[in-house]
Amino acid sequence: MLKLENIVKDFGGLRVLDRLSLEVPEGTIFGLIGPNGAGKTTVFNIVSGLSRPSAGRIILDGAEITNLPPAAIAARGLARTFQNIRIFKDMSLLENVLVGMHRLFSYSPVAMFFDLSLKRREERRLREKALAILSLVNLADKARRKAESLSYGEQRKLELARALATAPRLLLIDEPAAGMNPAETEELMNEILQINRQGYTICLIEHDMKFVMGLCGQVAVLNFGELIATGTPEEVKQNALVIEAYLGRDEELDLNRDL
Amino acid sequence: MSEFLIAFWQTYNTLLFTVFVHGMLALSIYITLACGQLSLGNAAFMGIGAYTAALLTMKMQVPFALALAAGGLLPAAVALAIGIPTLRLSGVYLAMATLGFGEVVRVVFLNLAITGGSLGLNGVPLKTEFWHLLFILGGLIYFFVKLKNSRFGRALEAINEDEIAAAVLGIRTTFFKVGAFVVGAFIAGIAGGLNAHFTFFVSPREYGFEFAVDILTFAILGGTGTFWGPLLGSTILTLLPELLRFLGPYRLALNGLILLLVVLYLPNGIVSFKRKGGPS
Repeated sequence: MLKLENIVKDFGGLRVLDRLSLEVPEGTIFGLIGPNGAGKTTVFNIVSGLSRPSAGRIILDGAEITNLPPAAIAARGLARTFQNIRIFKDMSLLENVLVGMHRLFSYSPVAMFFDLSLKRREERRLREKALAILSLVNLADKARRKAESLSYGEQRKLELARALATAPRLLLIDEPAAGMNPAETEELMNEILQINRQGYTICLIEHDMKFVMGLCGQVAVLNFGELIATGTPEEVKQNALVIEAYLGRDEELDLNRDL
Repeated sequence: MSEFLIAFWQTYNTLLFTVFVHGMLALSIYITLACGQLSLGNAAFMGIGAYTAALLTMKMQVPFALALAAGGLLPAAVALAIGIPTLRLSGVYLAMATLGFGEVVRVVFLNLAITGGSLGLNGVPLKTEFWHLLFILGGLIYFFVKLKNSRFGRALEAINEDEIAAAVLGIRTTFFKVGAFVVGAFIAGIAGGLNAHFTFFVSPREYGFEFAVDILTFAILGGTGTFWGPLLGSTILTLLPELLRFLGPYRLALNGLILLLVVLYLPNGIVSFKRKGGPS
């Protein structure tokens, strides 16, 4: 579904991603993990077109999308959420989702101006669909409320719903469980599982290991911009490099070796 | 009664015409503000429209409707040329570019032979009738009402709230920003053409920086949350100097004071009532 080939990203003299290659298989829930500053969000920014790689290729669904503008990448079936929630606070929940459906609308300015039945039918049909998407994350009863009135966890779910509304093939989710309490996290896991079962391929960044281990079929671990391990959550958990990245090296052992 | 109405019309018809033209200008800046862009070039676009339409009717006897259309299309084309390079970037580049552009336009009008230099154009034929203004402003209001809950209006609002989020949802942000800017220039140009054909006169002084700021003030005073705000702002700011005429020399001071009070106590403009949660 998504393939990164030797992606390099430099910010000035700093190399944040170093020849990163990985593949997200179709239909799976794929986890991208690693300590803070490992370059996980940078991967999302590069894939979604907000930032350009210094080198390397990105292939989505068999077609190269490297250096395409964000809207063109979205048009090819990629959607994402942000670590620091970016919903439209001044709009209602329904409007947020309708903005996500922007590309599904096709009526012309002329149809808008003359309020043609073509336009009215399309608006009605997609409004119903928007409500269905909101109910997927249990927010349908609040559809007319302003987005800013939602709790933090609900705002995250609205952002997820809005991304789903673009009818993506691949969904990138950046730290969905951040700031949620255990009950909310549990509910979110179920919702993401539901979304995946409907045929969406998902790639997520998350620090909550229970969340990652419970959901992801495959995991890739980044540390300082390099891929240090891939595999099932169980395999990765046993990997010495991963343990070192998360827990640090045992200084005493190192000293012994040096002596 | 009818005598009173006739006398009223004779005294105030120019003022009423001006209210309508300023209303169009307020809408012309609102559409760029609606996607978070600040244009300081709308006075210049109005000027281009005024000169274009006036020259066509005066020198070439072009029918008024055609001259007006040309007066809208030429500024729209100019806006397209300015908008494509500047609106690819997000931030204040449009404000800076249009600020410079306004000065360029003024100097060009001042120095060209065909625009009559600093004297401007005199004796523009009277063509604008009240129903023209009613029809065009009414059409614009209808357009903005329809825009509000359409896919286009939502795209502009999304860009206004968060350009990056809008882009990753598949909205072509540059396209919409340029589109709004071009439509704004078109509206300003039409307003200019209409204005020239009832004031009989076009001069470079009318379309300078001060007037660009006046147009922005219409929007700020009224509030930019909905298009009614700029319309109300332009109406108040056009009528206020007339209503305060009895104050004599203190009139402009009170005008300024009212503006100051609105900015201090109604920072979101006069129309700052809470917007409803969503469309019905």
